[in-house]
Amino acid sequence: MTVGIVMLVHEAFDRAEQVARHWATHDCPVVIHVDKRVKRGAYSSFASNLSDLDNVKFCGRHKCEWGTWSLVAASQTASEMMLKSFTEVCHVFLASGSCLPLRPVEEMVEYLGDRPMTNFIESVTTEDVPWTVGGLDAERFTLRFPFSWKRNRRLFDAYVRTQRRLKFKRRVPPGIVPHLGSQWWCLTRQTLSAILEDPEREAYDRYFKKVWIPDESYYQTLVRLYSTNIESRSLTLSKFDFQGKPHIFYDDHLQLLRRSDCFVARKIWPHANKLYDGFLSNAAKLMTGAEPNPGKIDRIFSKAVERRTKGRPGLYMQSRFPNEGWENGQTCAQYSVFEGFSELFEDFDQWLNRMVGARVHGHLFAPERVNFANGQPVFSGALTDSPDVRDYNPRAFLTSLIWNTRGERQCFQFGPRDTQDLNWFFAKDPNAQISVISGAWAVPLFHSNKNFSDIRREAARLQKIEAVHLEVLRSFYSKARVRIWTMAEFVDNPMEPLQTIIDEIGARSPNRLAEAPKMVSLDGFGQFLQNLKNQGMQPHLMGDFPAGSDPVNNPRKPRKPYLVK
Amino acid sequence: MGAWRSYRLRLQRKRWRIRAFRKRRELAEIANRTAAIKPKDILVFSTLRNERIRLPFFLKYYRDMGVNHFVIVDNNSDDGSREYLADQPDVSLWTADASYKRARFGVDWLNWLQLKYAHGHWCLVVDPDEFLVYPFCDTRPLRALTDWLDASSIKSFGAMLLDMYPKGPMDAQPYREGQDPFEIASWFDSGNYMVEKNSKFGNLWIQGGPRTRAFFYDNPERAPALNKVPLVKWDRSYAYVSSTHMVLPRGLNLVYDEWGGEKASGCLLHAKFLDTFSAKAAEELERRQHYAGSHEYRAYHQHLKDDPDLWCKWSEKYINWRQLEILGLMSKGNWA
Repeated sequence: MTVGIVMLVHEAFDRAEQVARHWATHDCPVVIHVDKRVKRGAYSSFASNLSDLDNVKFCGRHKCEWGTWSLVAASQTASEMMLKSFTEVCHVFLASGSCLPLRPVEEMVEYLGDRPMTNFIESVTTEDVPWTVGGLDAERFTLRFPFSWKRNRRLFDAYVRTQRRLKFKRRVPPGIVPHLGSQWWCLTRQTLSAILEDPEREAYDRYFKKVWIPDESYYQTLVRLYSTNIESRSLTLSKFDFQGKPHIFYDDHLQLLRRSDCFVARKIWPHANKLYDGFLSNAAKLMTGAEPNPGKIDRIFSKAVERRTKGRPGLYMQSRFPNEGWENGQTCAQYSVFEGFSELFEDFDQWLNRMVGARVHGHLFAPERVNFANGQPVFSGALTDSPDVRDYNPRAFLTSLIWNTRGERQCFQFGPRDTQDLNWFFAKDPNAQISVISGAWAVPLFHSNKNFSDIRREAARLQKIEAVHLEVLRSFYSKARVRIWTMAEFVDNPMEPLQTIIDEIGARSPNRLAEAPKMVSLDGFGQFLQNLKNQGMQPHLMGDFPAGSDPVNNPRKPRKPYLVK
Repeated sequence: MGAWRSYRLRLQRKRWRIRAFRKRRELAEIANRTAAIKPKDILVFSTLRNERIRLPFFLKYYRDMGVNHFVIVDNNSDDGSREYLADQPDVSLWTADASYKRARFGVDWLNWLQLKYAHGHWCLVVDPDEFLVYPFCDTRPLRALTDWLDASSIKSFGAMLLDMYPKGPMDAQPYREGQDPFEIASWFDSGNYMVEKNSKFGNLWIQGGPRTRAFFYDNPERAPALNKVPLVKWDRSYAYVSSTHMVLPRGLNLVYDEWGGEKASGCLLHAKFLDTFSAKAAEELERRQHYAGSHEYRAYHQHLKDDPDLWCKWSEKYINWRQLEILGLMSKGNWA
């Protein structure tokens, strides 16, 4: 009772020889199929190097090409030879030249000896396969594939499209239900010989010759006809990337492979000396008796696939530069934009800093300079405060800032005086929390000591800019969490909106706000607006401010600096 | 891309190749050991001038990485670089006394030598102050990367230029021959890079880093480009357009993913800012053989007079490639 190894080899003959020798010297007969496209010299030296072992045989050669019947034909020829020449073989294990046994051969023989009737072959119906690449799963069995996918990709694709359009369907032979699975299997003599000696084999072969990637479906389908004792998993640890190519193992995977407790792994990089030396030496033979557990390796490789297909959200760099709409997150974390708050409150930055555990910047997009928190000239990631650099690529500036400060929420002020290039970017970013007190830009003008005609001109300009900005924020495409209050609304009842915003950011203490920021004096602001109106400008973004002389209509005491609610 | 534009780019590629063919006369063979190049060898191509002090570490770095042969054009060195290189068993050396600028900063010379000797090889084009870092470079040789690229049918590998600088004035720690330059220049800017797409050649245009921050803060559009495609499975029909920033055919420039994913990429650590820099800058200012009237060197000269320190509070100290990958400067892609 032993295990026979069928090996398909087409390159890295030194490694294939090393592995074949390893199997053979541990009493596992080996039948090797060498691709016919291999040059005669390489083949004969490979064969002669192994000629000292009488339980290593070479079978007839087929010209092999990925995705075609030739690979099945190769395994059939080799399996037939195996069953005929080595009668003591009970299980046949299909391996490639770049497979490497990870556990002592004796242990594998013992494992299979304990399960003499079990076929280890991944075999899943087409409906349940999540991993097929390129959308061809059930269609593998119902279309024809006369063109090479590797060499004539366009013809291949065009022919598939045509067949789909014509609703062409091949008939699946009666009695078989298409199954798919890893092409690396381990079958019992009984099952394998039943497949190979079936009187219907010719019909099946004829059908599968035109199936796409038959080495992933031929045995996987037919095994269901002859055996009910199927463990639908492969004994070979083999991971595939998003394009269906196998992941390769290197020296630095040594510990990972050790811990996986799998019997055989593929594909191993031929120059991974440490792996070959480590796993093929007789010194490190530990019989663990453990069940194969490829979980950890699975995680690493599925992470790699995710990195390649989804990437890190909010990252723009040399090898990830998504087209618009494909960012999978325009920025990498949530941030807050405050508009009009620092104009309306004297010490808003400091106050906000006390209330929330976040970094509070000034006007990052101010025309004079980038106002980083605490007036720093350079900020995280070595972003400079130069407005030229920022305005040269504002999107890069913002996304870098948010990326560089992962783990710390960023808050900054914004207003109509600032660079407006990112209007749409903000609006479309679900990570942005935008709170606007519309019209508050008028407060600094109100307090300024400029000529009124200049103030009027500036007010008109800022109002126009903010109107456009608000339109963008309110647009149908906006995905940001936008809150807009007119200044009049806000001044009327500032605590509630502030509480909402702070709650959303995540306050330092879960209690209600005990302290309000100090509002600037607005005495005479109504009159100021009225003056603007009198000059022919219509300040409409502030809302309905009690116009005219407020001392008469609304005798107000000076605000207390702090309001306790 | 329309057929017309595609045709125009094809013509342009041919033009660069013809130009390279014409410029071959400027190259004088000093030591031609290219007969020793074996079919699967990985090659390094480089142009240099007066870099004698850097050469021992440069050669060692890439030999350790698994590069098999160096093809070098010496642009009129007078510091012993030529003699030193001619003695190396794995270096093939040409000299060119002609204008560096008129050979498009050495690109024409290298295009010619690559056309002749790099066909079918993985070939890395770097300056003597550029050091490639790629995912797993501490545990896997360069051949592991190129084998993986081959298996994945990828023909080019991008590596952004990452400017490294010392803490304190540039000339405070003199560089010794054979020393790892990143023992001195061990700092870099981690997150101030600006990326844009160049629709003509399909490459990304990256600017930023300490040079933009310190020298071009008031004129960022003139800041030097940092995007590079230094590692290409070369075919004799290919041509570099400007340095290794762009290559034709343009498909080779597509080293980034446009659908949200990340492709594998590396970094070229740039050991430009050592004590050797001020002398070099002064000399280059004199020669005026660099890009766009050497405006870059003029800017350096101007700023370094006042404050020669590139280091700032937010500079990051280099540890290894994993750090660069976490910071988002390079990526493992789906190589695991």
